[in-house]
Amino acid sequence: MDIANFFIQLLNSVQYGLLLFMLAAGLTLIFGIMGVVNLAHGSFYMLGAYLAWSLSAQLGSLTLAILVGAALSVLFGLALEWLLFRHFYERDHLDQVLLTFGLIYIFEELRSILWGDDVHGVPIPELLGASIPLTDNLSYPVYRLFMSGICLALAAGLYFLISKTRLGMKIRAGAFNRDMAEALGVNIKLIHAVVFALGVGLAAVAGMIAAPVASVYPNMGSQVLIMCFVVVVIGGIGSVRGALIAALLVGLVDTFGKVLLPQVAGMLVYVLMAVVLLYKPEGLFKQ
Amino acid sequence: MIRSNLEILPRGVQVALALSLVALLAFPFAGTDFYTEMVTRMMIMAIFAMSLDLLQGVTGLVSLGHAAYFGLAGYALAFLTPQGEPVSLWWTLPVAVLASGLAALVIGFFVVRTHGIYFIMVTMAFAQMVFFLFFDNKALGGSDGLYINFRPDASLFGWVPFDLDGKRTLYYFTLAAMLGVYVFLRRLLLSPFGRALAGIRVNEHRMRAMGFATFGYKLTAFTLAGSLAGLAGYLWGTQTGYINPELMGFQMSAHTIMMVVLGGMGNIAGAIVGAFAFEYLLHVFKDLPQVGSVNLGKHWQLWMGLFIVRLVTFAPRGQLGLVERFGRSSKPQEAPHE
Repeated sequence: MDIANFFIQLLNSVQYGLLLFMLAAGLTLIFGIMGVVNLAHGSFYMLGAYLAWSLSAQLGSLTLAILVGAALSVLFGLALEWLLFRHFYERDHLDQVLLTFGLIYIFEELRSILWGDDVHGVPIPELLGASIPLTDNLSYPVYRLFMSGICLALAAGLYFLISKTRLGMKIRAGAFNRDMAEALGVNIKLIHAVVFALGVGLAAVAGMIAAPVASVYPNMGSQVLIMCFVVVVIGGIGSVRGALIAALLVGLVDTFGKVLLPQVAGMLVYVLMAVVLLYKPEGLFKQ
Repeated sequence: MIRSNLEILPRGVQVALALSLVALLAFPFAGTDFYTEMVTRMMIMAIFAMSLDLLQGVTGLVSLGHAAYFGLAGYALAFLTPQGEPVSLWWTLPVAVLASGLAALVIGFFVVRTHGIYFIMVTMAFAQMVFFLFFDNKALGGSDGLYINFRPDASLFGWVPFDLDGKRTLYYFTLAAMLGVYVFLRRLLLSPFGRALAGIRVNEHRMRAMGFATFGYKLTAFTLAGSLAGLAGYLWGTQTGYINPELMGFQMSAHTIMMVVLGGMGNIAGAIVGAFAFEYLLHVFKDLPQVGSVNLGKHWQLWMGLFIVRLVTFAPRGQLGLVERFGRSSKPQEAPHE
């Protein structure tokens, strides 16, 4: 592998890792703070991608579609939390698995009824359609850099929110000791609703910005969900920092695995998980 | 908040099970071929669900990847069957079951050391690894899967005790397998080993403090459950003559979890009832009629999803199992003192 190709793969793996982080961050927060296993998290990614496709066609602009779609998905998250999830925080993990599995079926069918079963492409905005030439025949699309940029900005925002703001302090307090936080006057129900909606929003935005490169297709959520599980297991449940590092690690292993060892590429990420489990059964950064 | 399982079946349930067995024995002479095949499939799923109940209901380990071991044995049968002739049942069945058991042993070595949410996610992830191994490799059938052209041959040194090509023979063979697995798991449940597994479900720390090497117990249960899932997978391959990666997918695993919950966890009989109920429900949903321009059956996932969500939202687990609900009418006996 020459240096230009290596550089491209490196950028790709970082971009994939950051995208995974967007999904895994919400998932790990929902696990860590509310103790909920959410199999339907992949469906929010799919929801985002389909929103990007249908809204950008109607509004004529992907940027506008992302803004409107993010707002819609946060509202959707709030409604879902209020209607269903808040009744499941104290319940057994098995009940949560069944609930969220049922929701996957419902979301998939509603998607099929609303938007059909075809594969759709979402055009890259013209402004970002260019490629940066690296060598004579290798170049790197600007849009992928833009994706990484958005993910980085959101990751920084998330870091700021959780570690520097008053709301973030309450979120951390709720994750550390829910009863104590509540006794001290933190409105824990509100915190839960906010965290859940945040998780849904992040997953949907990930789906929206990925739509132009990954295209939009049925069941697109389930594959990404399992990758997120791997990321959360490696990073340690509840740890956003762990999720970031694990996501980048998974991105690297998956991307370079596909280039260097294509026969076993699909399994490499799981081997990585197995190795981590052997030495750190609770993940690298257990909170 | 640990509810104790209904392990000793009340007399009423025992009578109902015995009557159901009589009904199952007579069924092929009453139903059409279509229904004989359907009930065969239900019995195969019942074996699969019972194997999961050993983990989920008895030991308290919720596996979202159990379908991997089901599918592996089916693939083993597909690889062992040559293109042009049937292969002997008597060595392929043990080999297929062993293959699933071995996979469960290796994967179990990693997953059994995790707890709670981790266990759910890690079992699912490893099952997905197996899924992609078959899905991505053309040599292993790829996304299309493999055909099993001939059903296994049951002849022994020229003597043919039965012929699995017959729908009724396969039905009774499956019924015998289901009964065997049921009796085995019931005895296991009430044996010292089964008591230790139940102890792990209720409080693993205390079991360890009492000197039980819980890792070994859990790994044994995981391996055993994987092997029995393999038995079900082998029968599935025999019946359908076709095996594909979907059989190892997480939908399949989740369906099986649903079966065990539906029937009632931790008493093995519930898994059978749940498998029959779930498969029947699936059949009903997929068979819904065309209303106007909408084909209701095509959207079976929507009805199944709504059913599951409604069930878990409004009926907390424990009151949910069909066996428990039925058993409540007759008085449960005292649990034995160990």
